Amino acid sequence: MSSTLSSPLSPVVSLSNVHKSFGALKVLDGVSFDVGVGEVAAIIGQSGSGKSTALRCINALETIQQGTIQVCGHAIHDPALDRRALRRDVGIVFQSYNLFPHLTVEQNIMLAPTCVKALSKGEARDLAREVLSHVGLEAKADQYPEQLSGGQQQRVAIARSLAMRPKLMLFDEVTSALDPQLTGEVLKVMETLAREGMTMILVTHEMAFARKVASKVVYMHQGRVWETGTGAMLDDPQTPELRAFIGNGL
Amino acid sequence: MSYQFDFAALLPYWPEFAMGMWLTLQLSAVATVLGFVVGTLCAIGRADGPPAVKWAVAAYVEIIRNTPLLVQIFLVYFGIATLGVHVSANMAAVAALVVNVGAYTSEIVRAGLESVHKAQLEAADCLGLSRAQTYWHVILRPAVERVYPALTSQYVLLMLASSITSQISAEELTAVANRVQSDTFRSFETYIVVGLLYLLLSFVVRVAFWLFGMGVFARRRKLGTAL
Amino acid sequence: MQSFGLIHVEFLAWAALWTVGLSLIAFVGGGLLGFAVALARVSGSLAVRAAAIVYIQIVQGTPLLILLFLIYFGVAVAGFSGVPAILAAGAGLTVYSSGFLAEIWRGCIQSVPKTQWEAAECLALTRWQRMTRVILPQALRMATAPTVGFLVQIVKNTSLASVVGFVELSQAGKLINNSIFEPFTIFVTVALFYFALCFPLSTWSRSLERKLNVSRR
Repeated sequence: MSSTLSSPLSPVVSLSNVHKSFGALKVLDGVSFDVGVGEVAAIIGQSGSGKSTALRCINALETIQQGTIQVCGHAIHDPALDRRALRRDVGIVFQSYNLFPHLTVEQNIMLAPTCVKALSKGEARDLAREVLSHVGLEAKADQYPEQLSGGQQQRVAIARSLAMRPKLMLFDEVTSALDPQLTGEVLKVMETLAREGMTMILVTHEMAFARKVASKVVYMHQGRVWETGTGAMLDDPQTPELRAFIGNGL
Repeated sequence: MSYQFDFAALLPYWPEFAMGMWLTLQLSAVATVLGFVVGTLCAIGRADGPPAVKWAVAAYVEIIRNTPLLVQIFLVYFGIATLGVHVSANMAAVAALVVNVGAYTSEIVRAGLESVHKAQLEAADCLGLSRAQTYWHVILRPAVERVYPALTSQYVLLMLASSITSQISAEELTAVANRVQSDTFRSFETYIVVGLLYLLLSFVVRVAFWLFGMGVFARRRKLGTAL
Repeated sequence: MQSFGLIHVEFLAWAALWTVGLSLIAFVGGGLLGFAVALARVSGSLAVRAAAIVYIQIVQGTPLLILLFLIYFGVAVAGFSGVPAILAAGAGLTVYSSGFLAEIWRGCIQSVPKTQWEAAECLALTRWQRMTRVILPQALRMATAPTVGFLVQIVKNTSLASVVGFVELSQAGKLINNSIFEPFTIFVTVALFYFALCFPLSTWSRSLERKLNVSRR
């Protein structure tokens, strides 16, 4: 039940005995796992299993009641956490894209580098072109989000995070709002990132993608880490819960 | 009805009318800009400030919205004098108009702020933007864009309401009218002309706001969405 | 020289009654005229609609102060001299209220979904029946909150009736100030009277709006 898979290098992310409740509802019940440099970790599980909450805790979007979380050297559980420093190291992509509707694609990407890293407009523009070409959307730089398809918007959101040169990328069910055809184009971008060595944690329903790309799979159930392993774990589940989950999912 | 209309008697006064229009425009423009700043700060304070600030802004808005502008103008005018500070009638007029329109602006902008989705704030936070940067780049522009038509109407009303400052002898179009009618004894004609001039000013203000909106809200301009 | 005292508050209280009276005249008169203009504004005839639009634009594009002067001097021009101030003020505020109420109510009428018109038409109701039996009852529900809200504007704007010499709250305040010159005390008291009249209306309007929003959900 607990993680025995040790990461080859010192972990980028390390959760230890994390507890989190919303009022009387216990969402995380002693969650622990590590993610090492260059690893791609997929968190899977039914809705309500606490997987999205775990991801949000890693990025300090939720406060935890007990336990410790270390992310790129930041102690997330510490009330004195320097959030802005954390934000420079960690990028996140949401299910609902959350692009800024009044800014063009390019302006969306340039905003944080100019505001947070004090890049000049010119530098930020070059950077925007570079990350846009990474996700295959250089041609859309001057469009507004509402002019793009959902898949394109999600790729812009990925590019916007990449522009901050994060050490860790989080993906929160980024394809759940997309049609199957559009899902493919987003997953392809993520696969490229994984191949380039980006450390990634993704909450996902795409089992085929997890099996193919993830170096570590974390199966969560009832607020706990129920089973951990490599992608191969999905072909040989150890617990009846994971077996049932995969049976339903595929 | 045997009344003989005589608009010709007003012709020699056209430079005064023109000056009155210009003064009214100036008065309203200054009050609009300052009122927008005051109102927006109040809206942010009410949405995001400490309890004392929230309470103070709510009280300010209620007091202003439930008392007449005329009385507010008297209070500001005499209030400043009571403090022993000497200011011109026009300065007092601007101050009163700003106090007044600031309250209305804050309610309108507050509705705009509430229309910005929480997820937008989270996204800005995750990109590392500070609170001030988030307000400036992510919240304010879409919020104001959403309520821009309501703001436009409010500022047209402000321009019209600036006529009331003639009651403390501020120099503007209505004050000019009052002087001209007592010079010429052509009261009815004077107020017909001035009424038309105000209609013209309303139109001018609306056009100015439309042009300004087209300049500021680039997305609307590009996608052709009506403002 | 006497200072501000109970006798002045009493005088203001009497003047407040005139403010209420004038507000009622403006609301009833403006309501009747405004209702007619609102119906004209959604009329089937282009000419009638255009006339209503022009009327609303003129009323909303001219300061109330100027409207009051126009009626005050216009009445004299028409040959009626010595018209009581309350009539001039009442007429001016009626015109003002009608222009704004017409636009508020037009919005409510037009916010009733088009399908309701179509359904009523398919039941072979005449245009008048459609309006009175189907559309207006639905529009009325939406109209109450903004109408009560506009009552606050009417009460506040009766203060301008002082310019044609009608003695209501503001004019009473000016008269007292002319005799004892304590402007700050006097006008704070005047403001309190207005607040006492307007605040309950504002609160009522807001609670109506909340109820409507809840029932819509």
